[in-house]
Amino acid sequence: MATEAAQSGTAEVPPDVSEHLTPGDRVGLLRAMLMMRGIEERAMTLYRQGKVPGSFYDGFGQEAVSAGPAWALAAEDRLCILHRDLAAHVIRGVPTERIFAQYMGRDGGITGGRDGNVHFGDRTKGCVGMVSMLPDMMLIATGLAMAFKLRGEARVAMTWFGDGSTSRGDFHEAMNWAGLQRLPVIFILENNQYAYSTPVGQQYAVDPVERAAAYGFPGVKVDGNDCEATFEVTRQARERALAGEGPTMIEAVTMRMHGHAAHDDMKYVPKEQVEEWQAKDPIDRQVRRLEALGIDVPALREEVKAEIETAVAAALESPMPDGETATDRVFADAPALLEDGNAPWSGFQRAAS
Amino acid sequence: MERLPKGGFLMPTMTYLQAISDAMREEMRADERVFVMGEDIGTFGGAFKVTDGFIDEFGPQRVMDTPLAESAIVGCAIGAACEGLRPIAEMQFSDFISCGFDQLVNVAGKMFYRQGLSVNITVRLPSGGGFSGGPFHSQNPEGWFMHSPGLKVVAPSTPEDAKGLLISAVRDPNPVVFMEHKHLYRRVKGEVAAGTYETPFTARIARPGTDLTVIAYGAMVHTALEATQDLDGASVEVLDLRSLVPLDEEAILASVRKTSKVVILDEANRTCAAGAQVSALIAERAWEDLDGPVVRVATPDVPIPFSPTLEQAVLPQVDDVREACRELLAY
Repeated sequence: MATEAAQSGTAEVPPDVSEHLTPGDRVGLLRAMLMMRGIEERAMTLYRQGKVPGSFYDGFGQEAVSAGPAWALAAEDRLCILHRDLAAHVIRGVPTERIFAQYMGRDGGITGGRDGNVHFGDRTKGCVGMVSMLPDMMLIATGLAMAFKLRGEARVAMTWFGDGSTSRGDFHEAMNWAGLQRLPVIFILENNQYAYSTPVGQQYAVDPVERAAAYGFPGVKVDGNDCEATFEVTRQARERALAGEGPTMIEAVTMRMHGHAAHDDMKYVPKEQVEEWQAKDPIDRQVRRLEALGIDVPALREEVKAEIETAVAAALESPMPDGETATDRVFADAPALLEDGNAPWSGFQRAAS
Repeated sequence: MERLPKGGFLMPTMTYLQAISDAMREEMRADERVFVMGEDIGTFGGAFKVTDGFIDEFGPQRVMDTPLAESAIVGCAIGAACEGLRPIAEMQFSDFISCGFDQLVNVAGKMFYRQGLSVNITVRLPSGGGFSGGPFHSQNPEGWFMHSPGLKVVAPSTPEDAKGLLISAVRDPNPVVFMEHKHLYRRVKGEVAAGTYETPFTARIARPGTDLTVIAYGAMVHTALEATQDLDGASVEVLDLRSLVPLDEEAILASVRKTSKVVILDEANRTCAAGAQVSALIAERAWEDLDGPVVRVATPDVPIPFSPTLEQAVLPQVDDVREACRELLAY
């Protein structure tokens, strides 16, 4: 497994890449990634037990792509989170129990069973739920940033999108508009090498990160399996945005270690490619950093595991939604808008005090 | 021309186009959350000059000239609305909403149902034919959106309703598709109250009658009125739907119960048009009240042709409506 490969291969402690993380932040980043992996592994079991309807999509091996960037955002910032970015939901403060209820189509899920497993965004945490048409949320994030600029607010919007998304027109429309208006938006290209079964070599002739310059703003490539590196580039992108310097596109290079969804055995992926990336597992890397700091990682793992089991038990108590309510809530009677989420980065606490 | 009606409020006479402008101007003055965005709407004042002069009064931030990017216009409006703003997005022609369809139907229309997040956007669609606009500047795409849950769809026929319905749309917490008929822009005038007022998303009786009901909306209301104003002495009711989603089912059924004969008029292509839904409603819930078959007059299922002779051959004309009414009255 990933842990063994990593330990036998590259066991040295990864270098420090950010001066802006306290030991508490570094533990928090690992905790978010452990939560993501633990929740998704547990959910896969529930899926196999028939308790998660439909299919199941996870982000195994991509945990650092959502954990680092989400850690860099303030409470009043806004996120459009993609389907392999569960750590962002965890960091914003979505209760674990509601995530499991969401997967199982239960009443207590974020969407109350109205949409499937990963298609959720907790508006009370500043998150807009994604749609399946990618990269539609790039435009929603651009619109959020437009609102901040119109009102003169020092806030940013951030969204993730995949390598496949770069082929669709909304990618261009969002990049163009954001660059033109110098909007405070951060675009994270989550390059996990495959759009379903299509490798990046069949998706584009030019690395999309190079296209950012054509829209008038920087494109930055980062190791997508290092949560501290993804944090740091996002922190810098946020600073740029707040300074009125406009958008940044970040390409986080990673690998989708599982199939597109639970039904996909990904036979189309060369075995060597999977093995190569197993040695780069983002959780193993952060564990080595924290062990070098003397952190009790096994205790953290136990704590995460216990929280997940408690959440699963609670989610299983949540009833299935009443079929009689299926036609309710098509229209809103009153405004229901985005609210602020959690922002655990120590930098914000220092700024506040 | 202005006069003082009962109560002493100014009731200026406006064109349909001026009433739409007035609605936006008044809402923007009253509510700083409201702003307009679209192609060529700022400095140029819009392809039809609906926002002429807006940029001078409200500035380029609130009268936003956008790139030629319909998906971005709708998508960015949605994002801004999630943050509490109230954007009014203009498609230069309703036909171009096909390029923003995904954002409108999949993101805006389903957001509240899925996520409990309301999307207060108004999308203005200058629609309809009658002036040789051809296949890409003449469509009536309201049926697309009636079939997409989560979107409200309104289609005024008079200046008074254009203003009131647009203000209601801007204040509605849901996405509203506002069908404004281009052929009415400068052709129709009427008294419009000053200030702001809301018009409910319900039908109105454009002319009461007892022998037959013509159901229409938008420009076809005027075709219906003209066709039936002197129809061999028959008393013809014209029901103006005004709103297609929600559809005022009770008003439709009440009129059918009164007259027992119905002609349904659509400028849109016949299949799955608003009139098809009205027809189905009557068949399901007013069968016993009918004294004749439900008759539909609509544009056949063809792209709207360019040449005047071809266009007139497909769009419902006054004589088509008159003939349909006569046949049904004689049934």
